[in-house]
Amino acid sequence: MTSVHVTDLVKDYKLREGLKRTRLRAVDHVSLELTPGRTVALVGESGSGKSTIAKILTRMERPSSGEVEVRLDDGTAVDGKAYRREVQMVFQDPFASLNPFHSIEHHIARPLLIHKRTRTKQETRERVLEMLERVNLTPAERIAPRRPHELSGGQRQRVAIARALAPGAQVLIADEPVSMLDVSIRLGVLNLLGRLQREDRLAVLYITHDLATARHFSDEIVVLYRGRVVERGPADAVILDPHHDYTKLLALAAPDPERPGGVAADTGSIDRDSIDNGVCYDHYTGQWRETGVPASEARERSI
Amino acid sequence: MTNPNPAAAPAADEAAERLAATSAEDGRPIRSGWRMLLPTMTPWLAVGLSLVVGITLFGLIGPFLVGDPEQIRDQGLTGPSGEFWLGTTQTGQDVLAQLAHATRGSLQIGFLVGVLATLLSAFFGIYGAYKGRFVDEAFSLLSNVFLVIPGLPLIIVISGFVPRESRGLWTIAVVLAVTGWAASARVLRAQTLSVRNRDYVAASQVAGERPWRVIMVEILPNLLPVIASQFVFAVIAAILGEAGLSFIGLGASNSSTLGTMLYYAQNGFALSLGAWWWFIPPGLIIAMFGTGLSIVNFSIDEIINPKLKNLRLHRKRARRAARLERQLTRTASADPEVSDR
Repeated sequence: MTSVHVTDLVKDYKLREGLKRTRLRAVDHVSLELTPGRTVALVGESGSGKSTIAKILTRMERPSSGEVEVRLDDGTAVDGKAYRREVQMVFQDPFASLNPFHSIEHHIARPLLIHKRTRTKQETRERVLEMLERVNLTPAERIAPRRPHELSGGQRQRVAIARALAPGAQVLIADEPVSMLDVSIRLGVLNLLGRLQREDRLAVLYITHDLATARHFSDEIVVLYRGRVVERGPADAVILDPHHDYTKLLALAAPDPERPGGVAADTGSIDRDSIDNGVCYDHYTGQWRETGVPASEARERSI
Repeated sequence: MTNPNPAAAPAADEAAERLAATSAEDGRPIRSGWRMLLPTMTPWLAVGLSLVVGITLFGLIGPFLVGDPEQIRDQGLTGPSGEFWLGTTQTGQDVLAQLAHATRGSLQIGFLVGVLATLLSAFFGIYGAYKGRFVDEAFSLLSNVFLVIPGLPLIIVISGFVPRESRGLWTIAVVLAVTGWAASARVLRAQTLSVRNRDYVAASQVAGERPWRVIMVEILPNLLPVIASQFVFAVIAAILGEAGLSFIGLGASNSSTLGTMLYYAQNGFALSLGAWWWFIPPGLIIAMFGTGLSIVNFSIDEIINPKLKNLRLHRKRARRAARLERQLTRTASADPEVSDR
């Protein structure tokens, strides 16, 4: 069992435009906690810093400041190669995340071998087939020698999930895992993720812009706006009783056939200027909290 | 949005997904990644390959079947005959024997330079682009510098500096490789920049692969068609470059190549004496080998650019449809009852 503690994460990107240098604050003092058996959904529009957080958590990017701590049950901090074993990621686009040159078996065997989960060839092969069966890719021995282009999007995403779990990961970052899939397959992949999470007691960070699946799939929802947390709380509370105007806007943006007056929502009641008001609502404490100057002012600064 | 019942749904959609998958998978042999890299056999490719393979075999086996190319006879400058298929030179040497040895020499240097230039360009192009930042800047500056250095004059200067007796095959090969790798390094850099940002590279890094393994196992196979085509071009350029050098008398001192043959033909006034059998065969071999390799390269292009392949397939389908239509009209006119019905 592994948990992740993210405290005060900040990520700045340096931009250069001729002689003018600015920095873009992609992630602005975000704190998160991922614990075994729980799913936290990170919700926000494009450019709100969701994927940047995923990149920092998987150590593809270094944070500008703040800390990411991954601890095992006994309190020892995880680092180096063990970090790669514990924290794994499922990418958004299953058509890009598998190497077209290699077989499915290669994709799952490599993490097994890197982290010395298996020793012999025979053992590796058996383990690969086992992983494929766990993600409902059967018959596994027929899927294993195939190459990615011979599989459908849903099947590829299952392979990607199997690859992420192969090293024995306890923390799973799922970066919009179903947004590139057909609507008919989405639920299947999400339910698979849910089942694996229950079986392995995984800590999952589910990144999405879709509030509906976030509520269906997660225990806690964290709403991001321009790199900042604007609302957080239990999934049902955030969806059914949104406090921050941005969350309300997000909820209304989803088409709902049962809404009176048509599918599209009337967002006129929400003042767009009030979204960027520099406050955050926490459903756990039931209080508003100041997060400083409005995000758009803090976002881009010349240096 | 209501909370959908998670238990009921998966059975149905997984079944649908499996159905779609099984219908596509049956009865098709499983192809490995390597198969995907080979070009489809087309008439053009067959022509190119037979030219390349034919000339290569001539260069490999030919020297064992012909006599001594250096042997001097008193039958100078005789035309092709039963005894000497390609005639003799001014000093009575057998042109066919010379041609076989010269082809071998040219192929040797072409292959050597091809390998060296490809290794150089792969290192500077792929490694630089993968590392990024400073290394990339330095490597692309280096290849840009080598790109603007005028190749042939530099080769002439270097070859002129190295004394003739120490100017062996390797010297010439290294000089040709050093002046010829830059362009393909730039192509490889561009390709690597695109490949390294794909998700599967990120995924293998997240999985904990070491950098050299990411380059060699995840990135390199996807660049192989590009590398192959760069290699083929490097070989053509090397054979032509070496022939040019040898023709002006700056080639390797201890080797005989098609270029040195042309050099001696030029010195022996073959053209003004009308001894066409002396200079046309080596020239023809160079031209045909270059043509063959270029045609092979066009076929490799099809792998890099699938648009070309689709274009060919569309044309093929259109031709087949037209043929079928003609056939139908013919049978219809021959048998009017059919068309009436």
